[in-house]
Amino acid sequence: MTAAPIVVAPGAPENYLTVDYGVRSWLLTRDHKRIGLLYLMSITAAFFLGGFFALGLRLELLTPAGDLMRAETYNKFFSMHGIVMVFFFLIPSIPAVLGNFLLPLMIGARDVAFPRLNLASWYIYMLGAAFLTYTMVSGGVDTGWTFYTPFSTLYSTTNVISAALGIFIVGFSSILTGLNFIVTIHRMRAPGLTWFRLPLLVWALYATSIIQVLATPVLAITLTLVALERTLHLGIFDPALGGDPVLFQHLFWFYSHPAVYIMILPGMGVVSELITTFTRKRTFGYTYIALSSVAIAVLGFLVWGHHLFIAGQSMYASMVFSLLSYLVAVPSGVKVFNWTATLHKGSIEFRTPMLYALGFIGLFTIGGLTGLFLAALGLDIHVTDTYFVVAHFHYIMVGGMVMAYLGGIHNWWPKISGRMYPENWGRVSAIIIFLGFNLTFFPQFVLGYLGMPRRYWSYPDEFQVLNVLSTAGASVLGLGYLLPMCYLIWSLFYGEPAPPNPWGATGLEWQTPSPPPRENFERTPVVTRPPYDYPGPEEHVG
Amino acid sequence: MSRFLPFPIFPRQASTLAPRIDHLLYYLLGMSGLMTVLIAGLILYFSIRYRRRPGNERATQVHGSNRLEIAWSVVPLGIFLFTYVWGASIYFWAYTPPMDSLEIYGVGKQWMWKFQHLSGQREINELHVPVARPVKVLLTSQDVIHSFSVPDFRVKQDAVPGRYTEAWFEATLPGTYHLFCAEYCGTLHSQMIGSVVAMEPAAFEQWLAGGATASPAERGQKLFQSLGCNTCHRADALARGPDLTGLFGRQVHLQGGTVLKADEAYIRQSILDPAAQVVQGYEPIMPTFKGLVTEEGILDLIEYIKAGS
Amino acid sequence: MADHAAAVEHVAHQFDDAEQQKLAAELGMWIFLATEVMFFGGMILAYTAYRYLNPTAFAYGSRQLSVVIGGINTGVLLVSSFTVVLSVHAARTGARRLLLVSLGATIVLGLVFLGFKAYEWRHHYHEGLVPGIRFTYAGPEAAGVGMFFWLYFALTGVHALHLTIGIGVMAVIAALAWRGRFTPAYHNPVEIAGLYWHFVDVVWIFLLPLLYLVGRHAP
Repeated sequence: MTAAPIVVAPGAPENYLTVDYGVRSWLLTRDHKRIGLLYLMSITAAFFLGGFFALGLRLELLTPAGDLMRAETYNKFFSMHGIVMVFFFLIPSIPAVLGNFLLPLMIGARDVAFPRLNLASWYIYMLGAAFLTYTMVSGGVDTGWTFYTPFSTLYSTTNVISAALGIFIVGFSSILTGLNFIVTIHRMRAPGLTWFRLPLLVWALYATSIIQVLATPVLAITLTLVALERTLHLGIFDPALGGDPVLFQHLFWFYSHPAVYIMILPGMGVVSELITTFTRKRTFGYTYIALSSVAIAVLGFLVWGHHLFIAGQSMYASMVFSLLSYLVAVPSGVKVFNWTATLHKGSIEFRTPMLYALGFIGLFTIGGLTGLFLAALGLDIHVTDTYFVVAHFHYIMVGGMVMAYLGGIHNWWPKISGRMYPENWGRVSAIIIFLGFNLTFFPQFVLGYLGMPRRYWSYPDEFQVLNVLSTAGASVLGLGYLLPMCYLIWSLFYGEPAPPNPWGATGLEWQTPSPPPRENFERTPVVTRPPYDYPGPEEHVG
Repeated sequence: MSRFLPFPIFPRQASTLAPRIDHLLYYLLGMSGLMTVLIAGLILYFSIRYRRRPGNERATQVHGSNRLEIAWSVVPLGIFLFTYVWGASIYFWAYTPPMDSLEIYGVGKQWMWKFQHLSGQREINELHVPVARPVKVLLTSQDVIHSFSVPDFRVKQDAVPGRYTEAWFEATLPGTYHLFCAEYCGTLHSQMIGSVVAMEPAAFEQWLAGGATASPAERGQKLFQSLGCNTCHRADALARGPDLTGLFGRQVHLQGGTVLKADEAYIRQSILDPAAQVVQGYEPIMPTFKGLVTEEGILDLIEYIKAGS
Repeated sequence: MADHAAAVEHVAHQFDDAEQQKLAAELGMWIFLATEVMFFGGMILAYTAYRYLNPTAFAYGSRQLSVVIGGINTGVLLVSSFTVVLSVHAARTGARRLLLVSLGATIVLGLVFLGFKAYEWRHHYHEGLVPGIRFTYAGPEAAGVGMFFWLYFALTGVHALHLTIGIGVMAVIAALAWRGRFTPAYHNPVEIAGLYWHFVDVVWIFLLPLLYLVGRHAP
């Protein structure tokens, strides 16, 4: 018999953490909540690994000369940073951790539709991670996370195939999670829980799952073709054998552009939840926020060519893609305006999750606006392939998604662990992260417009000051990320025991104990009220 | 260098394209700045005004507003469409080289840029151009995808193996400007850099005259003979292939009915894979010259054929 | 009665009732098939691009394939889809023998298809038409012909892989049917496996003209 757990608050009733002990009960679990925690550990490890590579890059870039590591090593560092952060951290993050934990709770179900498939998804993730680990220890890969041909197929001397295989495998983890969520949302909602009573996080997860399911297979076949060309020299993308290297870019970005929406929609869903919880107010424009998630998912499939404006794509195709890229910006704007409007006449509490949510709105707005710069064809000629793009996507993925992820972790930490996190540490960390982030990435917009290209190991002297500012920011940001690691683990042992509903929020997940029992609910809830049904005087705007 | 800081924060405007792009940037900066200040300001204001305190424990449950939703969808869409048209028009202009452009060939290879002036000058990692004259760089790559980038001209264009792409600019300010490779191409991607030197026209002519070797067209003529092209492509009765005089820019009728224009890509493919597009009325007997002629050689042959047009 | 003695359908703990479980499984399979459409779609996109660029080479390559065998294989798969329909009908009506026979026939037909495919591939190998492994074609537009053939092998190879998986699935279903797991009240796995098989058949219906019938109408 294993020792009694020290992490669960004394006197707590039996819950999903205490119902069974031992490594086997975790590794063979079918409980969506435990699976969410398995993912939490995996993607946290991935985050710090990707962060280690980022640290290496920023340290090298302190000086104009390439004097910390060799060029080959630097190229491997940025490739691994991208691959780990995109495929092993960001894409699973909110869906696989918070989504797995919360989705059945939020819809009043006992589990997801296919629990064993859910566990299989995690094992598939770990298998993909094993291939990536092998890639790392056997010399790494230097193609960038984008694997452009013919460099990746004919010229790179690194472990392209095992890296591609690792990503191929982890893609299936993503597909199966998406499949599971779609079926769960369609078929397992509690009685009375109609579509337009669903929490906005569920809408966001639904839209994300559609993208995961439809886009990821195209990446799978693209990477398969790269692997085939490398082994059999087929000339798929080799111009000397009749192939077209730009075809690779079309195939790759057909997945990877929708993928970036996988990497933001769940964050937007979390932010919607946080705003309503900490303003005690129903969201302004619920239906519009819900449907904008679906609109972003659909339109996101139509804009991939904006990554090929100077790649040799036809001028007229570029014009179509630019127009469509502007269209997809509209629903994102709609969300930002609705969140801001929700604050009006709210009762706002500045807990840690709310600080992350407000930070998200600011940083995502900047990131999204700079997307408009990139969508402008004429301007893109100058800023594409520079640090301007790097800054743009980090504002969205780090300033946006990672902030939302951390906000979500803090918001639902009491539910997940049965403990409260230390509030002041939480607030301070959020502020350090916000400041560190801006210092890291704002100078990169300037560097980009100056013309500093991406993926440069060495650079002209006059770019140094801006690079030093960016590295200084990265140090602050890194420190900021370490703090939650420390105090969240601390809270498992010494945190205040959490009540079922510490924030006084609506939502079915708060109507069950913290942590929840294995079956989530004593009795299946029946929903009769609209979502975010907070008390307060009603008001109608025109 | 920036006036107030010891390092630059904005690139120089050294081409006719630069101010056009910068104006679009200023507009976008202004618009984004306004939007950011608006959102941040509202968030700040609401956060303070509606913070939770005794007397504000409950929010007012506001029902949304369809009119507001439509407004903040349609108005941004209008702004975006305006931005789109502006950006597209600059792009169209940037992708339409003037007819009288000075042509220069650029070949990217791991990890250097090779340039070829039509008067014969060759350059590596450096490109001399005149100011006040449109210059068109016809780009290709010998190996992987590179990207020809001159930030102070605001010019950037991928150099793709197996095809030609082009970038044009008109320098306005004499000086030396960074040339970068902007598409990751392997180990020394960040060292595939150099300079573009823009000179006053007189100085440029002087530079061209000193150290000129045979022009590409002259070298092309030599190749045309040494590779044996002239044994079939001739104007008399012994010809077994089409006469190439006046070919460049002409309409060509292929077997199977296709008609196309004889441009650089057509000539290149005819040399490397002649069986793919046989001219109507001729037998498919031309052998391929793949492996027998370099990319620069192909460019020289193109120039020779152009000279005969 | 036979179906009372057969196993009662086990409803997994996350579902409220058997109906919910059935609908969830069906939706899950349809979504999975959507992912497969995107997977094959990527390759068909590559095929489309290269056929546009190499029309005569693709026509030549296509003429090296045997329309006869392609036709036979098409017939084999269509009949196998019919036997799948039979098996679903048998499951619905509790006709155990028909169920086992039709499932067996489906598996045999699938194996026949794979047999013909293996024969074709061996033939292409002897002819020296396998890019990257044994490609000896030196005629005009060799690059384009090579393009056609690697696409042929990639498309038919991935299709054959999916068919093999389908045969495996059908074998499992047949084993369960042998053990009396299915009744008119519970036979969802038969229906869902049938869906997958039909999908594999439909993919072939697309591949046949794209690969075997290019330029055949020309004199």
